[in-house]
Amino acid sequence: MTDATLGAAAPRSAFSAADERLKKRHRAERLFKAQGMAAIIIAMVFLVVLVGRIVAQGYSTFETHTLSVPVYLNPDRIDTSDLTGVNYDYIVAEAVMKKLGVQDDDLGTVSTKVQDLVSRDFGFQLLNKLKADQKLIGQTITVSGPLKADADLYFKGQIERETAEGDRKLDNQQLDWLDQLKKAGAIKSGFNFAFFTNSDSTEPEQAGVLGAVVGSAMMLIITALIAVPVGVMAAVYLEEFAPKNRWTDIIEVNINNLAAVPSIVYGLLGLALFINWLNVPRSSPLVGGLVLALMALPTVIIATRSALKAVPPSIREAALGVGASKTQTVFHHVLPLAMPGVMTGAILSLAHALGETAPLLMIGMVSFVPGVPEGFTGAATVLPVQVFIWENASERAFHERTAAAIIVLLVFMIVMNAAAVIMRRRFERRW
Amino acid sequence: MTSILNPFAFPLLRGHAMTVQSPDDTARTPVIQSVAPAASASALVGEVKIKARDVKVFYGDKQALFDVNLDIPAKSVTAFIGPSGCGKSTFLRCINRMNDTIPSARVEGSIEIDGADVNAKSVDPVVLRSRVGMVFQKPNPFPKTIFENVAYGPRIHGLATGKAELEAIVESSLKKAGLWNEVADRLHQPGTGLSGGQQQRLVIARAIAVSPEVILMDEPCSALDPIATAKIEELIDELRSQFCIVIVTHSMAQAARVSQRTAFFHLGKLVESGPTEEMFTNPRDSRTQDYITGRFG
Repeated sequence: MTDATLGAAAPRSAFSAADERLKKRHRAERLFKAQGMAAIIIAMVFLVVLVGRIVAQGYSTFETHTLSVPVYLNPDRIDTSDLTGVNYDYIVAEAVMKKLGVQDDDLGTVSTKVQDLVSRDFGFQLLNKLKADQKLIGQTITVSGPLKADADLYFKGQIERETAEGDRKLDNQQLDWLDQLKKAGAIKSGFNFAFFTNSDSTEPEQAGVLGAVVGSAMMLIITALIAVPVGVMAAVYLEEFAPKNRWTDIIEVNINNLAAVPSIVYGLLGLALFINWLNVPRSSPLVGGLVLALMALPTVIIATRSALKAVPPSIREAALGVGASKTQTVFHHVLPLAMPGVMTGAILSLAHALGETAPLLMIGMVSFVPGVPEGFTGAATVLPVQVFIWENASERAFHERTAAAIIVLLVFMIVMNAAAVIMRRRFERRW
Repeated sequence: MTSILNPFAFPLLRGHAMTVQSPDDTARTPVIQSVAPAASASALVGEVKIKARDVKVFYGDKQALFDVNLDIPAKSVTAFIGPSGCGKSTFLRCINRMNDTIPSARVEGSIEIDGADVNAKSVDPVVLRSRVGMVFQKPNPFPKTIFENVAYGPRIHGLATGKAELEAIVESSLKKAGLWNEVADRLHQPGTGLSGGQQQRLVIARAIAVSPEVILMDEPCSALDPIATAKIEELIDELRSQFCIVIVTHSMAQAARVSQRTAFFHLGKLVESGPTEEMFTNPRDSRTQDYITGRFG
């Protein structure tokens, strides 16, 4: 009797227990999958919000409004003996007032208001034209140039008539004039090429990223030329040649620690070492590149070592087995096979260096540089620092340009990463 | 414990005449005497190529090989058999000093090739390895073209003066390895695209290309199917006329098929060595007998 009950009950309970376990396992798997999906969705949302916000804020920079007016170069106002001393802004204001059909009063209030609408770029254009050819005096020439940033913002809808007159930079009369000029076809909107061909300026409508892009590129060249060869050779030595003992262990631990040192510390090191001791000119792409090379070095070493570790030992044995020396084994077989990993690591650490700001503040790169750097020892600014400088500016138009500069920086990085992918493919195809 | 050999233990022992086995212990005694270790050298047919005396290997504090004394004849195949971890691969790697690449490994004793100690200070391991080629367990062609795989050795050793000469070396090596007919029309395709057996023959061609005197093979067929294995074994038999071949194998049937002499390793010691036929039909040591009859290992 006991036998019978046991025999009947035991298999059923065992079966249901197994069933229960199976259900539990499936539930755990489903839960895990759902958590993974949720994590990815959250990450994507953050990315979309980040990029979306930057683009929404910055895209308007790429549109600009230009004004074309016939300017009469009045001989009475131009002193040929001192071309640079001429008040070109007033000549331009006269031309615009003529176009608007208004007269200046004795106090010059109208001309001052008109001058607030057009960029000082007009004045520089006139000066350059006269310098080239003085025969233009007395003639009427058509000049086109950017509007002042505030006028530009009005056309982009960022300064609105609904706002109380006292709370905006342009009063009702100035807005009327702008509408009038637009209606007359003197103001046209177009792509803002000047943003890419100009460097930093105190006038937002004339400020561009060229100087910062060139500065970043020059600095990265220095960083790549130092960090990549030194890092790769250090990694090859440590991984393939160095004896495994306490000293190499200490070195390895310290390299890993260096990768985690806050970047501003590298800035302080650069200030002390390169500027105070070696007298490298401060604020130059050279010193910036040196500091960032120090910073990128540990990452390059770590990436290269893991790429070397991933090469199967059978390849080393094969090369040694046919009588290749250690050096031949490494440089004919192991390093070429590790190359895709090395390149990826190197380019990623360079991309990281490209976006670095903190150490550069320490070595004097946070300064107003209104031009393209004159060589590797000239004063330069770089993209992330340009973003930092513009973000701190008070004019509203600079904030728009901050977002645009971030877009340029992101595009720069995407181009670099794409280059990494292409190089990776090419190296892999050879094998 | 007597020497009753199960004839079914060697279904693959083809081509070797089975010596008549006597269950009587007394009948075996003279055999033991005639191939005692000290006398084994004199029992070799032909010249001795590799002479190992008191070879000990340590990995750190752990001793992996104990006092190995072995003579390996030229122009023949010698098989090392034994259970996993018995030291046969370790000993093989002593011959071309591949153990040098393991930092914790230490080798004592002497291994002479043609009377010259391979561990002598004056011997450059790179030169040694060009004289003693090696084939590994897993086919490991370089991820380059078939041509480059074979040409690499001659190129780094400066064996060819021109392109034509190099091409001739590649062709003859591939022919010797029995691969030429299969790859002649795709020499410039990657060697890794070949099948496992072809890859292993490519690796053998690569070893042959530097014209070594000795070829060491560390379980060359363990990753291959029976058909590819048969081809490699056939190749080994052909290469025997030109090279001294030492092969480590887990398959006793393979040892029986390809080798002229066999050495049995167990727990880091060389238990016994002798002509293959004798080892398999009339082992002197009970451990050898237990192993080859499948009682352990």
